[in-house]
Amino acid sequence: MSEHAPSEAIQSQYLTVHLAREEYAIDILAVREIRGWTAVTRIPQAPHYVLGVLNLRGAIVPVLDLRLRFGLPREDYDATTVTVIVTVAGRLFGVVVDGVSDVLDVAADAVKPVPDMGTAVDTEYLKGLTAVAERMVLLLDVDKLLQPQDAQMLEAALPAATDVKAVA
Amino acid sequence: MGASGLAQFQQVFIEESLEGLDTMESSLLALDGGGDAELVHGIFRAAHSIKGGAAIFGFPEMSSFTHEAESLLDELRDGRRAIDGATIELLLRVVDCLRGMFAQAQAGQPLIDAAADALRGELAAVMGRAAPAAATMEAKGGPGAWRIGFRPHRGMLASGNDPLRLLRELAALGELDVTAELDRLPALEALDPDECHLGWRLELRGDVKRAAIAAVFDWVEDECDLAIEPLPPAVPAQASVPAAAATPARTAREAGAESGSVRVSIDKIDGLINLVGELVITQSMLDTFREGANASRLAMLEQGLVQLARHTRELQESVMGIRMLPIASVFNRFPRMVRDIGQKLGKQVRLELAGEHTELDKTVLEKIGDPLVHLVRNAIDHGLETPERRRAAGKPEAGTLRLEASHRGGSIVVEVVDDGAGLNRGAIVAKAVERGLVASGEGMDDDAVAELIFRPGFSTAAVTTDLSGRGVGMDVVRRNVADLGGTVTVRSAPGRGSTFTIVLPLTLAIIDGLTAAVGDERYIVPLVSIVESVQLDDGAIKTMPGGGELFRFRGDYLPVVRLHEAFGCEGAVREIPRGLMIVVEGDGSRAGLFVDGLVGQQQAVVKSLEANYRRVQGVSGATILADGSVALIVDIPGLVRMQGRRRAA
Repeated sequence: MSEHAPSEAIQSQYLTVHLAREEYAIDILAVREIRGWTAVTRIPQAPHYVLGVLNLRGAIVPVLDLRLRFGLPREDYDATTVTVIVTVAGRLFGVVVDGVSDVLDVAADAVKPVPDMGTAVDTEYLKGLTAVAERMVLLLDVDKLLQPQDAQMLEAALPAATDVKAVA
Repeated sequence: MGASGLAQFQQVFIEESLEGLDTMESSLLALDGGGDAELVHGIFRAAHSIKGGAAIFGFPEMSSFTHEAESLLDELRDGRRAIDGATIELLLRVVDCLRGMFAQAQAGQPLIDAAADALRGELAAVMGRAAPAAATMEAKGGPGAWRIGFRPHRGMLASGNDPLRLLRELAALGELDVTAELDRLPALEALDPDECHLGWRLELRGDVKRAAIAAVFDWVEDECDLAIEPLPPAVPAQASVPAAAATPARTAREAGAESGSVRVSIDKIDGLINLVGELVITQSMLDTFREGANASRLAMLEQGLVQLARHTRELQESVMGIRMLPIASVFNRFPRMVRDIGQKLGKQVRLELAGEHTELDKTVLEKIGDPLVHLVRNAIDHGLETPERRRAAGKPEAGTLRLEASHRGGSIVVEVVDDGAGLNRGAIVAKAVERGLVASGEGMDDDAVAELIFRPGFSTAAVTTDLSGRGVGMDVVRRNVADLGGTVTVRSAPGRGSTFTIVLPLTLAIIDGLTAAVGDERYIVPLVSIVESVQLDDGAIKTMPGGGELFRFRGDYLPVVRLHEAFGCEGAVREIPRGLMIVVEGDGSRAGLFVDGLVGQQQAVVKSLEANYRRVQGVSGATILADGSVALIVDIPGLVRMQGRRRAA
């Protein structure tokens, strides 16, 4: 409904989160809320980085660990660990990160493409990177975090399950 | 606001008209059965509403078509024409044709229907005159071009109407030539930019109906001088511009057509409001404890909590009640269907409906239609005999088919009863043997034989007819009903008929379940799937080559599904004697579900996992426990299938 006016020429706001000593930014329009880490209910047949589901005021919301998603070693959750609830295409999911830090204004022309290597993270989940006061910030492509690779992984895990309708 | 605002009302019009058509149909069928002539008035009124609405909402074809039918109804109403079978048949076809038109309108397609034209001709012929030329002309399309004089009044802009938008809408209808009339334009210094000083002369070419043009101006009629007149076709060939030109404007309507809605009676809403009021009172009473409680007020607190519990439960029931609709909406399609099938097969069928007011969850209601249609078709096709054979058997020529819905405990029971020949044991056994379902029928009791018809790949129809023998068997009925959490069974007596009984849960939104512990995790097992739970010794389990496990239960060997294996739970009990075997039934087969133990029983509000995640095998949904955490609900049929596949793999 809302028109995507040529606002890209102006500035977008990003929520920055930190994870394994790097800083990532999530488009603030996708962020629904930030909550402290709470235990989740494990779901069977889920990829290893999907921790489970939690109850968000009556809605069942899957939660994934960004460290595990990026193939980083698991860390114990502590007082600063947070779950960022994001919404992509009408679906909600939670992303567990080490902590949140800031809200950034990023001009569209300040976003640089990601070089093919140099970070610990698979570049396919990144939209680009930008520099803020000497720090490098990686812009996350939240749309790609939960799908569609999950569906493929699920099918790979269950070759006999022909009637699995992975909702992509 | 013009087009989209109107489209919203259009949807309401379509819904109401479809209801009107249902009324017309059932009244016509009642008339056919020798009903009261008073029914004609009802039919006439329904047709009249559709005619009027169609004209307002821009369906002139529908309006003029309904007008023809109305004329015929008028003659019936005045007694100028006798009500006979042929007339009713014709009017029933009119109803069908209008339904088709509404379907097209809903899909945003142009209402071009050769069947409607043919029927129009028939209607005219019945009434003893030629098909009205003018109406047909109008329906087939306008003269091909229109001249429109459009002079907004000065204040039109102030009402929020933008002439430019109107012109764009017109341009979407066909090829538009615009000439502005500047004669009213004042000198620049005298010009008030908030007023409209322009007028337009428009020429619109294309297969556009006057009503479609008028619809564009619906909202500004009172604020402009409007003249719409046909242009004589400049080139004769232009009159037959393909109708496709008119389609773009209609496709925009498709979007809104899918949104589901429920009509709720005022009584139910008033009940809800009362309950919410009670809840607020209880809340404010409990709120007084915020200042600190002392022992003397403990009794009051307890009373408040009891009230809260009661009101919450009642509120829950009432809110669920909103989703409950009478089964009549499903039953209503049967009189017509039974009549048509009966005629086709040369069988006389008397349909009895009972318990139409029984309420079902809307979701269940939408999905129970197809299985019921299948059972009804089957009953007429295979159950009821031809009049000759019935006479020979000493039964009345007309067979009786009874559809009955009722509440029984926490379930809804729908029965399809026929007084036909009953299940043919010999034929069923022979077929089952032929299909390799059983080795022989020996030793099988009647119930076991009847069960065979629900097996996949079973169909006894000697000749496949277009009615019921299309390769879709009773197994599909059973599967559909099982998807709704219900069961279907059959009882039959040779020569006296068969009874198919469908038992459905009241609602899909709340289930009764047992909470099972597996390691640290909690799962909800739906109570409907549970047969009983037993504690077994080690020796009770037989391990098959390949790793499958079986245990003996009442003479049968049932496969063991270890929930901790199926779901990969850690820290669960592995030794059979220390855990609990829940005997479950799903999809007609039984299995043992091995868990650590049962924690309790609770009602679970079913939440979708798919809304934000995706379907998970063996899990039908999730629910929220009292502590706010999430528990998954086990999908027993899915789990049993999954286990079967794993063993097979």
